[in-house]
Amino acid sequence: MKAAPFEYSRPADIDEACALLAADESARVIAGGQTLVPMMAMRLARPTRLIDINRIAALSYIRTEGDSVAVGATTRQCLVERDALIATSVPLLARAIPNIGHVATRARGTVGGSLANADPAAEIALTAITLDATLEYRADGASEAIPAREFFIGPMITALPAGAILSGVRFPIWQGKVGTGFHEINARRSDFAFVSAAAQVELGDDGKVKRIAIGVGAATDFPMRLDSAEQQLTGTALDDAAVRASLREALADIEALSDLHASADYRRRVAIDLAARAVADARLQAQGKTHAH
Amino acid sequence: MRIELDVNGSKHSVDVEPRTTLLDCLRDQLGLTGTHAGCEHGVCGACTVLFDGVAVRSCLMFAVQAQGSQITTIEGVTPGPGELSPVQDAFCETHGMQCGFCTPAMILTAHALLANNPSPTREEIVEAISGNICRCTGYAQIVEAIALAAERMRGANRPSELRK
Amino acid sequence: MSEPGRHRYVSTDRRVREDRRFVVGKGRYVADISLPNTKHVALVTCPYTAARIVSIDKSAALTMPGVHYVLDGAELAQATLPLMTGLETPNVPRRPLAFEVARYAGEWVAAVVADTRALAEDAAEKVKVNYAKLPFVLDAEQALEKGSPLVHEAHGSNVLLDKTFTWGDVDNDFAASPRKLSLRVKWGRSSTVPIETFGVVASWDPWRDILDVYASIQMPRYADQIGSALRLPVSSVRVHHDVDVGGSYGVKRGIKHTVLVGYLSRRLGFPVRLIEDRLENMRGGDAHGPERLFDVEVAFDDQGIIKSMKMRALENVGAYAGRSPFQLGKPIGAIVGPYKIQSVRYRAIAVVTNKTTQEAVRGFGQAPTNVAIERTIDEVANVLGLDPLELRRRNLIRHEDFPYTIPSGTTYDSGDYHTVIDKVLEHTSYEELKKERDALRAQGKLAGIGLAACLEPSGGNAMFEALLNPKISTTTFMDSCRINVDGIGSITATMHTTSSGQGHETLVGTVIGEVLQFDPDLIRVTRPDSLNSLPSGTPVGSRMAIMLGGAAFHAANKLKAKFTAIGAHDLCIPADRAVYERGEVYDRNAPQNRRTWADLVQIAHRSYHRMPVDMEPGLAVSHVMQVPAGGKLPTDDDRVQMYPCTSFEFHLILLIIDPALGRPEIVKYRIGHDCGVVINPKIVRGMTMGGIAHGIGAALYEEFAYDGEGQMVAQSFMDYILPSAHEVPPVEIIHHCTPSPNTVLGQKGSGESGYLGAPAGVANAINDALKPLGISINRLPIKLSVLGDMVAATQERKE
Repeated sequence: MKAAPFEYSRPADIDEACALLAADESARVIAGGQTLVPMMAMRLARPTRLIDINRIAALSYIRTEGDSVAVGATTRQCLVERDALIATSVPLLARAIPNIGHVATRARGTVGGSLANADPAAEIALTAITLDATLEYRADGASEAIPAREFFIGPMITALPAGAILSGVRFPIWQGKVGTGFHEINARRSDFAFVSAAAQVELGDDGKVKRIAIGVGAATDFPMRLDSAEQQLTGTALDDAAVRASLREALADIEALSDLHASADYRRRVAIDLAARAVADARLQAQGKTHAH
Repeated sequence: MRIELDVNGSKHSVDVEPRTTLLDCLRDQLGLTGTHAGCEHGVCGACTVLFDGVAVRSCLMFAVQAQGSQITTIEGVTPGPGELSPVQDAFCETHGMQCGFCTPAMILTAHALLANNPSPTREEIVEAISGNICRCTGYAQIVEAIALAAERMRGANRPSELRK
Repeated sequence: MSEPGRHRYVSTDRRVREDRRFVVGKGRYVADISLPNTKHVALVTCPYTAARIVSIDKSAALTMPGVHYVLDGAELAQATLPLMTGLETPNVPRRPLAFEVARYAGEWVAAVVADTRALAEDAAEKVKVNYAKLPFVLDAEQALEKGSPLVHEAHGSNVLLDKTFTWGDVDNDFAASPRKLSLRVKWGRSSTVPIETFGVVASWDPWRDILDVYASIQMPRYADQIGSALRLPVSSVRVHHDVDVGGSYGVKRGIKHTVLVGYLSRRLGFPVRLIEDRLENMRGGDAHGPERLFDVEVAFDDQGIIKSMKMRALENVGAYAGRSPFQLGKPIGAIVGPYKIQSVRYRAIAVVTNKTTQEAVRGFGQAPTNVAIERTIDEVANVLGLDPLELRRRNLIRHEDFPYTIPSGTTYDSGDYHTVIDKVLEHTSYEELKKERDALRAQGKLAGIGLAACLEPSGGNAMFEALLNPKISTTTFMDSCRINVDGIGSITATMHTTSSGQGHETLVGTVIGEVLQFDPDLIRVTRPDSLNSLPSGTPVGSRMAIMLGGAAFHAANKLKAKFTAIGAHDLCIPADRAVYERGEVYDRNAPQNRRTWADLVQIAHRSYHRMPVDMEPGLAVSHVMQVPAGGKLPTDDDRVQMYPCTSFEFHLILLIIDPALGRPEIVKYRIGHDCGVVINPKIVRGMTMGGIAHGIGAALYEEFAYDGEGQMVAQSFMDYILPSAHEVPPVEIIHHCTPSPNTVLGQKGSGESGYLGAPAGVANAINDALKPLGISINRLPIKLSVLGDMVAATQERKE
């Protein structure tokens, strides 16, 4: 399983990388390579040129920017996993990251790489959609931003224009009594999820929901937000039966994926259960009790 | 392309195609055959090396990308001819292998774990090696080897009174 | 036969000497071997499930950089004989490259030889093959039907084997029994999938007329088959046994790979290397395992005593015969499992379909058969409202019944199944376990206890060959060991096969050390090549502890006898007064009169005038051993002794299933294991733990799944799920030892332990967990999404 031949470039900055990308429509950017290289080994991906952005230091960062935490595209997943700012300010991401692959893949895999790859089961994509993150990219010497919800448009398909390179992502920070939950089901821990669910809840002093975000991943072509459930559950105490009823309604008509690992029925049904668990975890955490699991 | 790699503390100048993986370069051009190819698509972990001290899959990196980092293979953690590191010796003590094919990768993964966590719990050991597939042992004796190595390394070079 | 616990080195907790080279990365696997001027092979594979090969255009490939040759099936078929098969099926020839017709998606159609593997792959993409698609069949039952597409036209049907055995008065036993039960059990296609793929380097030396072969190999008659296919005398084939094999568990039999590179090396004049990549291995490496459909029917009484059993086993062999049909025959040697079933009808059917060819897999058909038997036992208990453990106790062969002859003619050597079970339950109370299960159920979980009581027939004696093919009359199953003490006094022993992690060098050193009373680590053990080897049946059928251990034991005793005789003669005492002790020989009546090891070596090597009359000089001995209890052909009514020894394992598993997710989780795992005298405890423990991991994989995760078009959907490790450390729970092993009367030390085999019973135990645990819902599942692997869907459907029905 040797890759087809290609040229290799290691540009010094992102604009140089974009220029290389724009010059050859069969060129591809390589960051962590944890997904791209296996595809190349199987000759399912055959770029003529690899543009290596791993060592562009300016693309690796975790910092506060206004009311968001900005994470650079080439930031390694393992750094995000250990980062104190992420733990306090984007706790949902901190919960999600340990589910990605294995220690050895998170050592190389990047936040941007996962987002740009847009696997339906990707944990970072689910988190980005759940939190209404903003993705930033560079094209033709200019920076652009696009909301997560508009970024993912199909299975492994994004709205990134040809010649553009993802430069970073901004996750909004929620203040107040915030709790998170993240669950996924897979054949083995750390395999691609069959279904995943993410929830973030902010409770008011009355213990009712001020704000709630619920996302489901791996069940459809790209992660989805459960807007109707969020609306129904805002202002409530998140009673489990009511939560499940809302989730059931929100997921009733989705066209879930079906493959050798799980049927569409399974995905649709389990999405409800995992989302309910995620919401329950988020509620408990926001209430100050931690759910041990 | 001519590249320079820092492997096990020595610099090597090699001529590679961009598509040559770090794994193939280590094995075929540097003769370091202790790192093994099991799947070439990043699942089995048999190709694990340390990259600036961090365990990574060498089949998922092209050799050209590895310039500028320190690579450690199983040959690099072996103290000297005929000698075994504490981790290697612990694996022999518990028989944490059978065919030996996944073993160098397991040992390097153990090194990386113990460098950051000298007292891992059983669960932490299992999590650390969960990206390395073994088809022979069922993992029990591997987990025991790493726990034994941790225990021995914690107890090393400390006066006996302090251990009470 | 020795008593357990009376040994100096055997059964002691010694390190495995092979480990030293593995922990420093100095194992010598086939991909590590570098011969000058070696060229590399990549395969061109058929994308279709069945197709006629209309034409192969090599022209573009031949112009690619570094390419030396493109070999097609037509040329290879001209130049070589088809691979050996065990059944009389001349119209189902098997060749390394498809000839005229490709019969499964992924079958190898052409081989490109180039300077590097990468260049060979580049060129392989340029080989243009024209195919005409043919109808195909994937399902074994469909393959049996009239009008099914034929995988091999000339054979006239898809049936390779259809043989029914009747041992005992089955019809009367059924008629006389008040109760009957039928069950269908399906074992899905999986395999042991070692982390190292198959690889081989062949190098033809035309001046010596020798083909050197380095391979990741585990198979008997490898050199024979190479010679036969290439039309070479076997004495022109030199298989290097000192190649370390990265796991095999039966499947590393790459005879088609070897014939391919052997031919190419002879044709092209340089060494040729084929290391399968994982994609080639999964689809075209022909290393799949059984895919078997069982229909079991048992006749029993109200106390649950099972009198008779009928079993139909339908095997989906894949497109070519390989070793697979015989995997239907091995279970005959333990067809009733550990139970006192009095009569059996066994129908073994092997059909070809357009799937990848199978190879021998750990246990050789025993693990699937055990699932069928153990699921049936549990269902009988279910129907009678009896506890499944109690039902087993009533049916298990008792200690005082041994040696016990089963209806198919094999005599089980020894065992004490009830004591093994008792020991496990002393360790973990069954009543407490049931309470724990019931408490989990009260919490809303699905929880179940799974039992499995299974045998590991060990020692080889592959009489299933003669049973399934009456033209085969092989009754010789050998192994051997040679020991030489050199002129200065160090001991070197040889073993004559490859090893894939079973610690055979340690085994040989330990046994010889035990006999000669020397530290085993002082004994050098080597693996000479096939031209320098004595016969070996190789590690199959859980035979090496018995056969290699036996041969080493006998050789060591010959050596000890020689030392004793030399010493007696030199001390001028009669033989019965000479005592051998730790390398010295002394006069029993006057112990101060002794000869040291150095003295004796000196005499043997340099002082012929002091040697006993007519004794061979030097200190070289060898022993070639026939399998114990073997040597007879089947009787006219198909009864024969198969393996000489039976080890026993009893699995006790507590398992929970999350009802919403369908995900099973093993909470407790206990195994009682009796393999007679254990030669090296670390090795045996590793075998059992590894076997259980394989078994969990087969039960819950692993399947070579195909879509309706015959394409494998699990083509890589992304979809063929191998258990990681997370998926294998901690296991407590409880030992018992009933020594075998048939072996030199009382040892039995343990190479398949754990794997033989774990799938049955897990399947039973899952079914016990599903019992309150009134549903069951008898198709492995049991995927969590299937469980989830089943549970949900039940809940929907309730609502």
